[in-house]
Amino acid sequence: MMLDLAFIWAAIIAFAVLAYVMMDGFDLGIGILFPFYKSEADRDRMMNSVAPVWDGNETWLVLGGGGLFAVFPLAYAAIMPALYAPIIIMLLALVFRGVAFEYRWRTRRGKFLWDWAFALGSLAATFTQGIALGTIVQGIPIVDRAYAGGWWTWLTPFSFFTGLALVVGYALLGATWLILKTDEQLQERSYRFAMILGPATLILIGLVSLWTPFLEPLYMERWFSWPRMLYTIPVPLLVALAAYLLIRGLVRREEYTPFLASLALFLLSFIGLGVSFYPYMVPPTLTIWDAAGPEESLSFLLVGAVVLVPIILAYTAYSYWVFRGKVGSEGYH
Amino acid sequence: MDSFDPVLLARWQFAFTVSFHIVFPSFSIGLASYLAVLEGLWLATGRTTYLTLFNYWKKIFAVAFGMGVVSGLVMAYQFGTNWSVFSDKAGPIIGPLMGYEVLTAFFLEAGFLGVMLFGLNKVGRSLHYIATLMVAIGTFISAFWILSANSWMQTPVGYTINAVGQFAPTDWWAIVFNPSFPYRLVHMVIAAYLTTALVVGGVGAWHLLRDRLNDGSRVMFSMAMWMLAIVAPIQILAGDLHGLNTLEHQPAKIAAMEGHFETRAGAPLILFGWPDMEAEKTLYEIAIPKLGSLILKHEWDGVVKGLKDWPKEDRPNATIVFWSFRIMVGLGFLMLGLGLWSLWGRYRKRLYEMKGLHVASVLMGPLGFVAVLAGWVTTEVGRQPYTVYGVLRTADSAAPIAAQAVAASLIAFVVVYFFVFGAGVFYLLRLMSKPPHENEPDSPSDAHLRAAGIVPAPALETVGELATYPEDRR
Repeated sequence: MMLDLAFIWAAIIAFAVLAYVMMDGFDLGIGILFPFYKSEADRDRMMNSVAPVWDGNETWLVLGGGGLFAVFPLAYAAIMPALYAPIIIMLLALVFRGVAFEYRWRTRRGKFLWDWAFALGSLAATFTQGIALGTIVQGIPIVDRAYAGGWWTWLTPFSFFTGLALVVGYALLGATWLILKTDEQLQERSYRFAMILGPATLILIGLVSLWTPFLEPLYMERWFSWPRMLYTIPVPLLVALAAYLLIRGLVRREEYTPFLASLALFLLSFIGLGVSFYPYMVPPTLTIWDAAGPEESLSFLLVGAVVLVPIILAYTAYSYWVFRGKVGSEGYH
Repeated sequence: MDSFDPVLLARWQFAFTVSFHIVFPSFSIGLASYLAVLEGLWLATGRTTYLTLFNYWKKIFAVAFGMGVVSGLVMAYQFGTNWSVFSDKAGPIIGPLMGYEVLTAFFLEAGFLGVMLFGLNKVGRSLHYIATLMVAIGTFISAFWILSANSWMQTPVGYTINAVGQFAPTDWWAIVFNPSFPYRLVHMVIAAYLTTALVVGGVGAWHLLRDRLNDGSRVMFSMAMWMLAIVAPIQILAGDLHGLNTLEHQPAKIAAMEGHFETRAGAPLILFGWPDMEAEKTLYEIAIPKLGSLILKHEWDGVVKGLKDWPKEDRPNATIVFWSFRIMVGLGFLMLGLGLWSLWGRYRKRLYEMKGLHVASVLMGPLGFVAVLAGWVTTEVGRQPYTVYGVLRTADSAAPIAAQAVAASLIAFVVVYFFVFGAGVFYLLRLMSKPPHENEPDSPSDAHLRAAGIVPAPALETVGELATYPEDRR
């Protein structure tokens, strides 16, 4: 029985998390890059390139977390205390950067303050999300349906490293998004950043991928046992292809390919994680089925998700369509 | 070391963050509807004052909504960080209800908010109006699910306890429309409308005191006063029905609200006093004989249960609940008074000249929030010592977290919230302190928001430009 409710829900939540990473990733990345663009006019354009959509982007985080709470309550109850400090820091960071979108237009004297709130908030939120990822990958100890680790268990060289990797990766998404949405000097500057961030992201993805199999025998077996390797080998091959397209696109000054190739890198990394994890929800103890709530909860919400997620995707796409094209520089004169 | 009890600290943290949070939705529910009404009136009548007011309140809405979003995000994750046992046990029921909130409301609001704020000349009038309506409907749907989840925790039905100790749903229809839900939803949504009406009325009155001829100030003041006059009495009725429902399902809460420790026939209505939980009686009480029974039981000699009917460890804190309830009710009657006063002003055709009424409206501007918070404290503290009433105790709901971790995060929340939301309130007040001007371009800093590349015409909001607004958009 592969296609049961728990499996479907795991897929939906994985999709929500992926959607979050791919959409909020670039607007967090813009916050990370904020300090490197000094001119106020540039910053205004950067902010405005995401202002109409960031709110919708961030909502996928609520769906990821809320979905976990709803259909995998045990996983939620185990992961959240395990990640207590990073989650709290992430929430506070998102508070700062979220209000910055409105506040920085409401004050001239305090504008620099909210610029910093936006930049540091984005940085801290990204870093803690990376730490959260690393912590889950390295495994969360559970005894008797509750988290059994300490308050600092999450802090390891590996989780620190995944935090760093995500910061660089989101910055790449941000830079390539700016290439897409802006022109002239701002775009030129973004090309230069992407030229550094692209290779850096690739190196970090490579290092995390090499490190991961040594954390758990399960992961090692997934990636390096024959003939299983035949199924997993396309992932690194596609990563190489995406990397090639990214660099080529940057060199040729293409506008769309760098962003799309960067998204592809995230998608492939995510698939790679899935390959390592499946069927675990919280490695090394909880599988999807261990963590799933009662059938009635899963089916009740599934009805809504099946109907509503496509509708949400449709009007999200519409919203992006309405605000398509370059964020012009003539607007605010 | 009572103060370092992790459960108590987690409760403080939850109370603090939820109190902050609830202020913003109760404002944005009302304001989103108000914006939809204003834009609708503008489209229907073409009167520019409505558009001016729409743009005026839109900016305020955007700031308040932003604060609501981020403080709401905190709430969603706090169930897991501080109340993980509750999450595991009640997640199968609360989770899907909140999941539906995210799917039906969150995305709707977030998806259309951008269009509503930035898109008037990108999408044309009718699509823009649809976006405004969607945002308004979204806030309402959000209230629906959150109140459903909260009501279920107050009056749990439609579940069994499964093998691993979780609440497993058996009847979703019963869960969503649980016994206290309709009353709670109506009471809360009306409260949001009243809160918004008080703010809008207060801002209108503030500007009328300086310039009683400003058309925008007049319109918003008048609309707000109609709202109060019509809705405040409905709220008092709804509150009474809600109270009777609570008596049926949560009699201990009613006993605490009324300050009754003894069960008796022909119970008095205690107007004021000091319920002392240790001494088990209400000190210094000022009471009207028999009226308590008459209100609660609709009989002079109806028997009203007192707190002593429950073991000590099952009683909610009467001192808090008694007073928060009185604050809420008192403010409700003040709102009614203000509404009636405005009717008298209208009858004398002096609505825009009565300084006393305007001063009172300004003073009452923020009191809706106080009433909402007091009502929230009444219902939530009154639910204690349970998270799921009568079934799951608060003490058994908390996460296995060290007190220091909860204390540290509580301090972080307090510091950040006061700083961030303090600044937000400051900006809100500054926006409100400017009168709605029809012919004046917006301040340069504000022009950024609307103009910076997203909207090519920077001053679309000003009426001067509006005259040249292309007709083909219709």
